[in-house]
Amino acid sequence: MPAIPVQLPGEAARAMIDLSWLDLTLAAGLVLMAAGLSRRQGLGLTRDLLVGAIRTVVQLALVGYVLVYIFAWDRWYLVVLALVVMLAVAARTATDRQDRPTRRLYGILGLAMLIGSGLTLVYIGAVVVRPDPWYDPRYLIPLFGMIVGNAMNTASLAAERLAGEMDARRAEVEAYLALGASPTFATRDAVRRAVRASMIPMVNSLMVVGIVALPGMMTGQIIAGASPLAAVRYQIVVMFMLMGSVALTGTLVPMWYRATFFTAAEQLRPQPVD
Amino acid sequence: MPVLPERSEPSRGTEAPSDHDHAFSLHDVRQVRGEVVTLESLDMTLPRGGITTLFGPSGAGKSALLRLLNRLDDPVTGEIRYGGQPIMSFPVRELRRRVGFVFQVATPFPGTVADNLTVAAGIAGVAPDTVEATMHETVSSVGLTEDLLTRDASRLSVGQLQRVGIARALMTGPETLLMDEPTASLDPETADTLLQTVSSLAERGLTIVMASHRLEEAERLSHYAVMLDAGVVVEAGPAVDVFASDHPRLRAFLDRVT
Repeated sequence: MPAIPVQLPGEAARAMIDLSWLDLTLAAGLVLMAAGLSRRQGLGLTRDLLVGAIRTVVQLALVGYVLVYIFAWDRWYLVVLALVVMLAVAARTATDRQDRPTRRLYGILGLAMLIGSGLTLVYIGAVVVRPDPWYDPRYLIPLFGMIVGNAMNTASLAAERLAGEMDARRAEVEAYLALGASPTFATRDAVRRAVRASMIPMVNSLMVVGIVALPGMMTGQIIAGASPLAAVRYQIVVMFMLMGSVALTGTLVPMWYRATFFTAAEQLRPQPVD
Repeated sequence: MPVLPERSEPSRGTEAPSDHDHAFSLHDVRQVRGEVVTLESLDMTLPRGGITTLFGPSGAGKSALLRLLNRLDDPVTGEIRYGGQPIMSFPVRELRRRVGFVFQVATPFPGTVADNLTVAAGIAGVAPDTVEATMHETVSSVGLTEDLLTRDASRLSVGQLQRVGIARALMTGPETLLMDEPTASLDPETADTLLQTVSSLAERGLTIVMASHRLEEAERLSHYAVMLDAGVVVEAGPAVDVFASDHPRLRAFLDRVT
């Protein structure tokens, strides 16, 4: 038994206060206050705030029941299916954020996120955390959720920035092409900037983690009764994990997306096509 | 009906023209940009060597034509040959190195003028130990001074930048240089000296195909001329003949601009 207990297995459940539906209703008072403020100041957000609050309740409740089901059935394929659905929704969301959301772009973002998040999850699961059984949804689903959420933002930023750079740099790219340069060479600065831009939020969050922002997972573990030191170790792993998936996704998206801006004869297209 | 150049038969079918005076030959070339037809059933040949000037009102299809010649764009229909070979048969990067393109406004690459030229040499695969020598030779051939080599390319005057654009294209060792209104953004005096540079490049054996709106100079400097209007050839042939032509559309255009 270590001097500072890393886990408090039996006590964890007792240490956490269960919230009743009445407690949730009381918390909803804050929604009414926000809606009231919006209405008074004519922000035009009242409706969105209320709809958002309702969606929060419905979506999270549904997810709660789905998770209960997945945990209870304890089948590897159900866990994998859940991970695939998470990835597909995240890829769709990242694509819909773009000015030109084509099916090809959906494929690119989805594949980049699959590789970026998948490799990271496999590494963290098989080498670092090693849950037993390997598909233990208690670990895989929350970990993958965090990985995919970050990969989604990264993919979204990378694609948006590359499209912006390609629009702004048409003359430069054509000047390179006209000299006989490959599209890869002609777009190296645009791609570099897109990769960089996509990783900046991650780098920023690394700088302030624990000081400005107390990460949600760590907070959750502490409330659930884990020792802060155990929670911190998990959080460190999570941050490293996010670095991995963000770096992979942020590098793959611009690399693959750039090809859509060119024809087979290495000519700049007016716009990327489906 | 466009007047065909009289110097040779336009190439028909798939056989290469027997006449190797041609840099380019175009057969039934049609080009569309968006909804607009920019070139319509274009048949012509452009000679090897010397300066060929393309002129005509804006929107005539001059840029559209130049962009086809090193495959920045491909035509919707028709065939283009370079040196007797279909341009589609060249690897596109090789074609672009052999047929350089100078844009109306040069875009500086990051870094100094020397960096700009080194990048171009690198793209063309110029052996690293010869880059330095090629660079100095090129700089002087386009009328730039050596001290500019260390200058940030984004801080040059328009005229200097245009010369860097030409020098960059020359670094890849082209046989032909396409120039899209290279003097359009220059003041008359700078434009004159730039055209002298172009002339001296042609004297050194480079084939120049240039869109130009400076017709007095074009008439004086060019060996061959093509007038385009609304995507068709109005007149083409040796410059002396074309500028003396009494074709009504050509006369109307020349009267308007000169």
